[in-house]
Amino acid sequence: MASKGYQEIINDGLWHNNPALVQLLGLCPLLAVTGTVVNGLGLGAATTLVLVGSNLAVSMIRNYVPDTVRLPAFVMIIASLVTCVELLSQAFTYDLYLSLGIFIPLIVTNCAILGRAEAFARNNSIIPSILDGLTMGIGFTAVLLVLGGMREVIGQGTLFSDMNLLLGPVAEHWKITLIEDYKGFLFAILPPGAFIGMGFLIALKSLIDGKIKERHDAQKASLGVTSRRVRVTGEIK
Amino acid sequence: MNLLSVSSPHLTRTGGTGDVMLLVILATLPGLTALTYFFGWGNLINVVWATTIAVASEALILKLRGRSLGFYLRDYSAVVTGVLLGLALPPFAPWWLTLVAVSFAIIIAKHLYGGLGNNLFNPAMIGYALVLIAFPVEMTSWIAPRSLASATGEIAPFVDTLNVIFPFHSTTTFDAMTMATPLDAFKHKGDLTAEQVWAAEAVLSAKSWMAWQFVSLGYLIGGAYLLYRKVFTWHAPISMLLTLALISAAFWLYAPNSFASPQLHLLGGATMLAAFFIITDPVTSATSVKGKLIYGGLIGLLIFMIRTWGNYPDAVAFSVLLMNFAAPFIDIYSQPRTYGHKIHK
Repeated sequence: MASKGYQEIINDGLWHNNPALVQLLGLCPLLAVTGTVVNGLGLGAATTLVLVGSNLAVSMIRNYVPDTVRLPAFVMIIASLVTCVELLSQAFTYDLYLSLGIFIPLIVTNCAILGRAEAFARNNSIIPSILDGLTMGIGFTAVLLVLGGMREVIGQGTLFSDMNLLLGPVAEHWKITLIEDYKGFLFAILPPGAFIGMGFLIALKSLIDGKIKERHDAQKASLGVTSRRVRVTGEIK
Repeated sequence: MNLLSVSSPHLTRTGGTGDVMLLVILATLPGLTALTYFFGWGNLINVVWATTIAVASEALILKLRGRSLGFYLRDYSAVVTGVLLGLALPPFAPWWLTLVAVSFAIIIAKHLYGGLGNNLFNPAMIGYALVLIAFPVEMTSWIAPRSLASATGEIAPFVDTLNVIFPFHSTTTFDAMTMATPLDAFKHKGDLTAEQVWAAEAVLSAKSWMAWQFVSLGYLIGGAYLLYRKVFTWHAPISMLLTLALISAAFWLYAPNSFASPQLHLLGGATMLAAFFIITDPVTSATSVKGKLIYGGLIGLLIFMIRTWGNYPDAVAFSVLLMNFAAPFIDIYSQPRTYGHKIHK
């Protein structure tokens, strides 16, 4: 574990060990708030901040905290960071804070964060831990964004509505109405729609993985054939 | 001597899945006829449209899954799903509503779980629950029966109905009189007593109420025919109807002014359709005899509870789906003891 290269850490966080699609951690906020892109981005950014901070702190104290009391220590670190993020979002993006509601304080209980502290930061030095937190957070945010986009398009017929809540007045006119006079498909906004959308995303990932493996195998096979032919001296058919 | 030695069984019966499904489709005809007679062409158009989508979605997903089209389409299970949804959706449901319900039922509720025989939930009920949650306005307006729709007692002409469901190139607006269903009217009675509701609501007037009773009677006749042909056993439907009747009678006798009568419960909504066409689905219901009794009885109980204290006027879809969850569990605990074996603990 400790000998993981940077490239591998990045690949794992973004794709192979994606917290949302593969580890299926932190599903509660993931399913609850991804009604729109802006909610997904807001929660994703908050989670990433906490992940980076908690991985950094846990990695710094890893040699001083005895194993028997590590969990309370980790939870204390995470809780203080979440409180910081909550106060920050209250100060700078108040409307978004209101629309995310209980799910910002609930980041404390997001098992993806405790999971990374326990599985990675506890055993690694500072730089890899920060990188791991960052890529895991970005991987998580990416899924939140895609799921939020899907549900927003199907549920309301718009994309990037209310982005100004997070990004300020610049994003005031980013809202794209994809379908005029859309009646709205309430089901996509409700939690069952999130479960089904999540299912489709996981299926899509498996499909892509399968295709990549197929291509990889085909390449290997063709390589094998040519190399054998090169070595053959007598009888090429 | 050339004796052919054949082992038992010597009596064979025809009756693959396709034959059974065709019988079920046939048995919906009395109900469909009653619906068409009292409420106009809407349901007939819906049935045809829903069946078309059901078969098309089934063909599409079979193709994607690499299964044999001919074999699976000939079991007519997709047609049954389409027909049941066509009967259950309101007569003037717009075309896209039916499209969403049916394609979701076939593609997600049926085939993503592995196709016929592997689906945990009744596809038709999943489709119905989906559109009920997503489009409550469209789903709760039911057209008035012919005795109330117009002064002459005529039903809406075929072409007009078609234009309402598929509003592509018609600009003519069509005044269809929509109204609540009897259960809906009773649900939203507010502070009125039962007696006042029956007097005040047009849908509960003798003429209109008769239409609903005839539709339920149509389903009952179809169900009785299926029972006679031994498509299913009596346990689940009778258990469900009996439970619903007894519980509603008990509450009604206790406080006749605030609870709906057993008659309204049995004949006023989708009860009959559910009892004979939905809960008898061999895939998603419990299979042992005792299990069927429990399964049916609990659906009856849930229907009463959701209708009386829930948010939606009718409760069949939710009750059936909830019990679909429980069916495998019921089966575990209701398996008959094999002779000579102990009961599994």
